[in-house]
Amino acid sequence: MSGKVDQRRREFVSVAGLAAAASVVAPGVFLQATAQAEPRSAPVSSKTRYGMLIDTTKCVDGCSDCVSGCEKENGLDLLKMPEGADPEEWDRQRPRWIRTVKVKDRLTGTVTSLPMMCQHCEFPPCQDVCPTGASFRRVDGIVMVDRHTCIGCRYCMMACPYKARSFIHEDIDEKLTIAPRGKGCVESCNLCVHRRDNGGTTTACQDACKHGAILFGDLNDPNSEIAQELRRQNNTELRADLKLNTGVRYRGI
Amino acid sequence: MKKIYYREWGIESPRYWGILAVLGVFLAVGGLAALYMEHHGHWVTGMNNEIVWGVPHVFAIFLIVAASGALNIAAFGSVFGKKIHKSLGRLSAMLAMSLLVGGLLVLVLDLGQPTRLIVAMTEYNFKSIFAWNIFLYVGFLVIVAVYLFTMMERKASKYYPTAGLVAFVWRLILTTGTGSIFGFIVARQGYDAAIMAPMFIIMSFAYGMAIYLLMLMFTFKLDGRPLGEKLLGRLKNLLGIFAAAVLYFVLVYHLTNLYGTENHEYEAFILRDGGIYTTLFWVGWILLGLLVPMGIVFHPALGKTHGGIIAASLLVILGGFVAMYVIVIGGQAFPMAMFPDKVIIESGFYDGVNGQPLHYAPSIWEFLLGVGGVAVSLAATLVGVRVLKLLPVSLEDEIVDPYHS
Repeated sequence: MSGKVDQRRREFVSVAGLAAAASVVAPGVFLQATAQAEPRSAPVSSKTRYGMLIDTTKCVDGCSDCVSGCEKENGLDLLKMPEGADPEEWDRQRPRWIRTVKVKDRLTGTVTSLPMMCQHCEFPPCQDVCPTGASFRRVDGIVMVDRHTCIGCRYCMMACPYKARSFIHEDIDEKLTIAPRGKGCVESCNLCVHRRDNGGTTTACQDACKHGAILFGDLNDPNSEIAQELRRQNNTELRADLKLNTGVRYRGI
Repeated sequence: MKKIYYREWGIESPRYWGILAVLGVFLAVGGLAALYMEHHGHWVTGMNNEIVWGVPHVFAIFLIVAASGALNIAAFGSVFGKKIHKSLGRLSAMLAMSLLVGGLLVLVLDLGQPTRLIVAMTEYNFKSIFAWNIFLYVGFLVIVAVYLFTMMERKASKYYPTAGLVAFVWRLILTTGTGSIFGFIVARQGYDAAIMAPMFIIMSFAYGMAIYLLMLMFTFKLDGRPLGEKLLGRLKNLLGIFAAAVLYFVLVYHLTNLYGTENHEYEAFILRDGGIYTTLFWVGWILLGLLVPMGIVFHPALGKTHGGIIAASLLVILGGFVAMYVIVIGGQAFPMAMFPDKVIIESGFYDGVNGQPLHYAPSIWEFLLGVGGVAVSLAATLVGVRVLKLLPVSLEDEIVDPYHS
């Protein structure tokens, strides 16, 4: 053996190495590529503030399309009553992100139907009280729960003035990738955050509403439809006395 | 004042182990109940999306509040220099730590994700009073342990007054934190009041004293140690004064609420129309929990009997549990004013339709978990007095207070 390098052997090793590396990395690259059908082009920004306008004058009594739309989108309809549970008790324990409420004015007796959900406050009490910071507000105004750090203490449910949150009381057999959930954590409407992160411009409840009572959009963009509608006519913030500056506004109540 | 000697609790072994075995059964059943709830999820409890804190929280908060109160007896000795209370300090500190541990266990085992306790220890949101309470509770255990050490170790005795002061201030902050869990909730009519914090402090004085009195009488009686009537008389008088102080705070709380129209519906709910909550408030909390024990301890004849003092202490404790039930559950059962100028006439999520209270039927598992927490507190105290020199050999009046007559 002299100091001469065996070139062929060296080439073989480098080609084999490259092939091995490619076989490890390639599937990841390709899988990643398919998963990112709609690439996330920009980070979440505080220039945007997502919100909703609900026109209760368009909301029809007895209709709950928004509720079923939300439940299908976020996999809430996949939850099954645990064996042995009392149906009435279970109904109080199963989660809802949106519900219909009918209210009567104390003075005039006027009856109004409306959907209620997380109001996506600028200053959310649920965020204030959460000991671990699991209850948080994204810079684009979406209030949601980090299910990795939620310890299930339910203090946020005590603190929410809109009773918008639900606790998962049972084991979960089936769930959607876009809406992961597990027993013992709290959750609530997140304005279909998966759609936000994948370029969607509507929410499931808005899509489901045949009467056009729900309008979703960017409150900060003066040219957005929601901003224009909010400017056009008076709107109401629920529990305005608490000065939480909600992202969900109502018309007609 | 004669020198006071302390000795381990000397009751016969079979009796001691027998007591621990009984407590052990409750402890084991409580543990199994916690496992059952954790395994299945909270659907097996009576808690739901409306009443999110149930009986476990009633037990946990009662024990935590009583813990800080149980430390008062020691604090009277070191902070206010009451010599008569000094001899009572060791048991006071031990009881305080034990009650806190029992309460915390119940609280933690009721979490939706109890295994994520480590998250609560590593991720903090400092705007949350809950996060602060984690520090306050852990700090309390450490500070009281040091305080107890300064009482027991002669070489550390020069730090005793400082440790006592720190422990006393800390316990006041701790109960402020516990009361503020409710005081800081702006959403609910029954909470959102600054008076919650001082009210919880005064409640802690009463509940801590009641538990302390029972524990003192129980351990001394079983071990045949003399307990001076004069000393007992002072402690039971304090219990009566603390009960009166709780009554005063309850009165101020409700009178303040009654003044503002916005709270009238809530007040009507608790004081008149709330069904079980109204009954519990008047009969359990006010009558049995405060007025009757006050009547007993200040009664010229009854107040001097051991039976009377035991009955009064038990009633104050019962009243304490009822008070927590009215505050924690009653406060949630009253529907939130989501539409102050409107009445909810239909809802897909039990929003208190037509002002009806929200439904809660506690399950046996919740009670068992709570009782398990009480068993932990009692067992820890009894193990403490057995292995450490916490109990004075004698608390005869001539020994603790020679000038009593």
